[in-house]
Amino acid sequence: MKIAVLGMGAVGRGLLRMIDEKDLGITVTGIADSKSALIDKNGISAGELLAAKNERGYCGDKTISAMEVVTRADYDALVEVTPTNAMTGEPALTFIRAALSRGKHVVTSNKGPIAREFCSLKEMAREHGVQLRYEATVAGAIPVMHMLEHGLAGNKVQAVLGILNGTCNYILTRMAAEGLTYDQALMEAREMGYAEADPTYDVKGTDTAIKLVILSNTIWNGTAQLEDVSITGIDQLTTDALRLAEEQDHTIRLIAEAVPEKNILRVAPRIIPKSHPLVVEGSLNAITLETDMAGEITLIGKGAGSVETASALIGDLLFLSG
Amino acid sequence: MKLEMKDTPGQLVAALKPISDVGGNIIAVIHQRDEINDGDILSVQIVLEISEKKLPELIALIKGQGVNILRIGQERLLYKQTVILIGHLMHTDLGDTVDKIDCTGFAEVTELNIAMPAINQPSSAKIEIKSVNKTDMEKALDILRDVATQKNILIIEPLEEMS
Repeated sequence: MKIAVLGMGAVGRGLLRMIDEKDLGITVTGIADSKSALIDKNGISAGELLAAKNERGYCGDKTISAMEVVTRADYDALVEVTPTNAMTGEPALTFIRAALSRGKHVVTSNKGPIAREFCSLKEMAREHGVQLRYEATVAGAIPVMHMLEHGLAGNKVQAVLGILNGTCNYILTRMAAEGLTYDQALMEAREMGYAEADPTYDVKGTDTAIKLVILSNTIWNGTAQLEDVSITGIDQLTTDALRLAEEQDHTIRLIAEAVPEKNILRVAPRIIPKSHPLVVEGSLNAITLETDMAGEITLIGKGAGSVETASALIGDLLFLSG
Repeated sequence: MKLEMKDTPGQLVAALKPISDVGGNIIAVIHQRDEINDGDILSVQIVLEISEKKLPELIALIKGQGVNILRIGQERLLYKQTVILIGHLMHTDLGDTVDKIDCTGFAEVTELNIAMPAINQPSSAKIEIKSVNKTDMEKALDILRDVATQKNILIIEPLEEMS
């Protein structure tokens, strides 16, 4: 299968590395980073692209734009892995629309466009007889979309609960285990590379809420927006609060919860029994689906990381070609 | 309640039937066969939920079945949840926050555990609320949520019912 890749950040590079190392049957025919691009219908070596990016800081020809790759390159699927913009979804949204209207499949890890324009993009893909796949947008390597689409086909999902942000989970785990204050745990998370320089988006619960919107719209074919989610972050939590929860063999985790029957769409720190399957340690993610036939199913795995996210992208790509 | 009845077929059902007749909910039936009884007397403990108003009617009905009621113990608030509050709890009158729930008549704060690290720093408190039933618990939590919004207190609610 031939792919065009937009974005050479951690995720894009992870994908190229796996294409280079593993015999996946995937050929790159177009690539763009923020400064340059390359188009070659005979295929571009993923290894050489990575080397060029590493040496020069850009991958190709500075006179070619990302949009030219989308509209001119010869590919089966566009892999859109540019940085996310939660508010507008741009510029990814424009790239995705352009690829879909050319009748090309789109595989993305970009939460902005999927959270913002889920319905219109799905409809556009349907009109052009192609697929829009976004496994990598929620909980990194955890194949929750595939699970919903295949393994749980025919089930009615009644509720979804999730730990969808590794940074928050790491901070809460450390506060509970070591009695660290919120600020100390956040600092440690930064040193470990789990938290961004500006952690607001994670610790205020926004990132978790965006993922909840994507999950909920996928499961119930809904039109929820970020503004519909009731959001409380973890930045006001105290070590004492965690200790008090601990006294009853409970702990506190940032939980995303969607229960359409009860009109619940919320992200908030919650008291949860330590024995609950959702209580995972460190930067792990977990999702519990409550279904009518299968009962409760919990998936646990790595929610971030370049190769982990590449796993989700490759799963989507090979699903298209298979 | 603890009942005493003849150990003959049909007696237990006869004693239980009035409970559903008056709209009560049986939670547990504990059959104490190992107790030393005089001959064919059977004693049974029943845990049930029933509105207080219906209790005299139930007692009369059970007695009407020839069953002897040995003891009735009451626990009015059967439903329990724990929440954690974070904020300037003392400065915003914790007593008043608790009162708002206690004065409802259907829910009470039954335990309170507070940690105050230093002046001007937010304190954390774990409070246990008991209520008559689940609906009343929801009402009590709604009151608490309102108070928390007014007083700028963060409430951490349980994901599942805690018992």
